Amino acid sequence: MIRFTVNGAQVETDLEPDTPLLWFLRDTLKLTGTKYGCGIAQCGACTVHLDGFATRSCQMQIGDLEGAEVITIEHQGTPEAPGPVQQAWIEHQVAQCGYCQSGQIMAAAALLAEVPAPDDTQIDDALSGNLCRCGTYPRIRAAVQRAAELMREEGQ
Amino acid sequence: MYNFDFVRPSSVKDAVDALGAEEAQALGGGQTLIPTMKQRLAMPAKLVSLTGIAELQGVGRDDSGALVIGGATTHATVEREAGDYPALAELAHHIGDPAVRNRGTIGGSLANNDPSACYPAAVLGTGATVVTSNREIAADDFFEGMFTTALEDGEIITAVRFPIPQVANYQKFEQPASRFALVGVFVAKFSDAVRVAVTGASEEGVFRWSEAEAALSSEFTPSAVEGLGVSPDGMISDLHGSAAYRAHLVGVLTKRAVAAAG
Repeated sequence: MIRFTVNGAQVETDLEPDTPLLWFLRDTLKLTGTKYGCGIAQCGACTVHLDGFATRSCQMQIGDLEGAEVITIEHQGTPEAPGPVQQAWIEHQVAQCGYCQSGQIMAAAALLAEVPAPDDTQIDDALSGNLCRCGTYPRIRAAVQRAAELMREEGQ
Repeated sequence: MYNFDFVRPSSVKDAVDALGAEEAQALGGGQTLIPTMKQRLAMPAKLVSLTGIAELQGVGRDDSGALVIGGATTHATVEREAGDYPALAELAHHIGDPAVRNRGTIGGSLANNDPSACYPAAVLGTGATVVTSNREIAADDFFEGMFTTALEDGEIITAVRFPIPQVANYQKFEQPASRFALVGVFVAKFSDAVRVAVTGASEEGVFRWSEAEAALSSEFTPSAVEGLGVSPDGMISDLHGSAAYRAHLVGVLTKRAVAAAG
């Protein structure tokens, strides 16, 4: 039995330990906000937070997760009450097709947790592993700046 | 993905025992090995994860003042905690992207010895010592060619010991998609010698540029290596750059590294 938390809730599973975390999230927990993009660590669509840091869930075996804390896009907010990064994404209408965006948001949220007021270079570096074939990068950058503002306002 | 066994031992001894099985393979952060397995370029029957072994984690100093990094320490941890050796922390900061740095490990990178990886240049350029589950290997004896090292089957990198140079710098000409080094040069100046290690260039993997080392040992300035060059023979040639281009970059990046190191 492997035990860890997902979005703060304890989970236990007796799935094979070589099961990718992404499969466990999508197929077992039905948390389908995390997307399967390339499956080979090239695109970042499956980005989640593992113990607070951005990680590609397609490359992670659940056998490595005993005691870990996993956070997914579902923990960022709801349609009724979006989190600050999601709110900024909506304001800037970042998404075109949208498929990569939950990964982008998770990478952005991880950056903002470490760097409250990132400059464009820091944004570009932190999100460099997340590809968007629609080319929404300029809007992503603007939205990360806006999310930083929103988070600062919230913190006041 | 095909099925394989997965174990996560909590001690080096248990890991070594687990690696005694047929077709078992040690797993660091999985940022190279897992994609490699998905492409069927490697097909181990069993993975032995090293992420659950506390003694393989962390950055510290030993009695001699050397920086000691546990074999399963992630690039992100080195980036944050290797401030005593700024050139190394900076190198770690520029490996891959954040997700890679949050999982990938120094031991994994060295054991794989990708000819374009960054850490081999730091280890060879610093004259570091690779500590394994049963011995210590000098950097000069560790790298044996592209994807080949002195490691034996079932041998685990438990730590890497870096003597801290007076000054050092790493310059990487980045392949923008993979962020591997198209060419990377690590220069380290000690009280008695200068070491220059080159990654990304040679088909034999990381190597020391001894001609530049000799010139820089007598005068540590960019102009000291003016006019020196490496032969394009045996250099990697691919769609990102020809052998001659890479050979040229070795000289350019060495000068930049010396200038940046001061």
